[in-house]
Amino acid sequence: MTRFLYLPTLSLRFIPVWQRNFLVWRKLAIPSILGNLADPAFYMLGLGYGLGGLLPQVGGVPYLTFLAAGTVCYSTMNSATFEVLYSGFSRMHVQKTWEAILNAPLTLDDVMLGELVWATSKSLLSGLAILAIVWALGLAGLGQTLWLIPLIILIGFCFAGMGLVMNALSPNYDFFMYYFTLVITPMVLLCGVFYPVDQLPAWLQAVSAWLPLTHAIALARPLVQGGVPQQIFAHILALLAYGGAGYYVALVLTRRRLLK
Amino acid sequence: MPLLNIKNLRKSYGGLEVVAGLDIAVARGECFGLLGPNGAGKTTTLRLALGLTAPDGGEISMLGLPVPAQAREARMRIGVVPQMDNLDPDFSARENLLIYGRYFGLKDAEIAARIPALLEFAGLSHRADSPIDALSGGMKRRLTLARALVNDPDLIFLDEPTTGLDPQARHMMWQWLRRLLTQGKTIVLTTHFMEEAERLCDRVAIMDHGRIIATGSPHQLIRSHIEPQVVEVYGEGVTGWTAAHGHAFCERIEKVGETVFCYTHDSKDLVPHLHGRSDLRYLSRPASLEDVFLKLTGRDLRD
Repeated sequence: MTRFLYLPTLSLRFIPVWQRNFLVWRKLAIPSILGNLADPAFYMLGLGYGLGGLLPQVGGVPYLTFLAAGTVCYSTMNSATFEVLYSGFSRMHVQKTWEAILNAPLTLDDVMLGELVWATSKSLLSGLAILAIVWALGLAGLGQTLWLIPLIILIGFCFAGMGLVMNALSPNYDFFMYYFTLVITPMVLLCGVFYPVDQLPAWLQAVSAWLPLTHAIALARPLVQGGVPQQIFAHILALLAYGGAGYYVALVLTRRRLLK
Repeated sequence: MPLLNIKNLRKSYGGLEVVAGLDIAVARGECFGLLGPNGAGKTTTLRLALGLTAPDGGEISMLGLPVPAQAREARMRIGVVPQMDNLDPDFSARENLLIYGRYFGLKDAEIAARIPALLEFAGLSHRADSPIDALSGGMKRRLTLARALVNDPDLIFLDEPTTGLDPQARHMMWQWLRRLLTQGKTIVLTTHFMEEAERLCDRVAIMDHGRIIATGSPHQLIRSHIEPQVVEVYGEGVTGWTAAHGHAFCERIEKVGETVFCYTHDSKDLVPHLHGRSDLRYLSRPASLEDVFLKLTGRDLRD
């Protein structure tokens, strides 16, 4: 095990791996964009208008506006997660695409960096798609919501890094269900996507404070609503830490899996 | 200086020594065959040579570079045809070559210039834009070989290149490999298909339990390990015949199920004798590498 613990090597050799995934995506771009966009957009619009009509205001703004920030974050999270779990696992385990690449002069570190950057790129599109709806509906001005773009990248990185750990551990596709039921779904419900975290009992708030999506939304919501986020660096650090630690652990576990 | 030089290589998995002190030297331009039953350590040896896993002991140098320390650099000039096709199913034949060339840092224009010749070599010019799923098993194998040539490698590794191919496709593959040898490429192939090794390889090594147990040209191995003639005798009278005449005609006898393998330097008296027996059937043939292989590795099933 110890011989797999060395730090990640970062090299531009990841680019052809990214390009490969991009080329596949381009072939399926329209269904892929629709799939990524439709689900979170319908949640946001359906709940925003439907439930929002029954509520006076949530967190000081119309419910649809409240939901917008959460939806940008969770849509980005979902997109990055799905990419590294299902698509990444297909490439690593089912199609043996990684194996083919490793016979060329690339290392596993290059391949995984390519996957990390690719999942981040793809989730950027998902986040941007929701952001475009936010702009189109006039829920927020262009101005400071532009800060959401780097934030979306950071969220994508965070969840791609975490998801790669699951990819490294998984024996098959079914395994990912644990991650969704035990990690992703609780996060959607505890981190303030649909309602403010302070509505939760204290002990759940305490759990929520540790979850990366909470940090993402703590940054995104003020940006959508025209305010300034609190404790900016702490939140950024939390997202970087989750993504970075996830990526490193995933790399060590995948080295052990494929290079033993 | 050998193109591939492996000395005292060792690798264990969970206490089991899969590669147990292996020495191999492959010269430039040579076709070298690594033969062995399932589980002999062939694929692990290839993975070690490519630097995909670290050895527990021993030294590897490939194209003059130490492996695994500079395996990545060495792989710049290596082509690999894996045992299982791992072509990219999302792409056409042409795109597979393009994408793979990029992993070697080749420019798109450079790869595009090579693609027509590679497709022609693989006999796939007319299928350049077919998706992978639409190609037959033989076509996929040829495309995998073409893909391994995209970087114009000096040394090509093939892990059981013809497993699962029909005879037509297999003979075609052999011709392609010969053509590569005449171009000066060096080939290392693993196979448990003796005929393949006998036809293609200048030198073979028979491997079992992680060790090389014999090495040499196929002819040398046959000459030094086994009698030159083999007569396989079977039929209802075989037990009685063996007891009565076996030792008179054969230098060495092996009984496998209902068949007796009779090894001899001279079968010219045996064949007419068998011809006159209505209760026996026989097959007289020169000894092959497969006879050597079975003699050295035994006839027990490995799985």
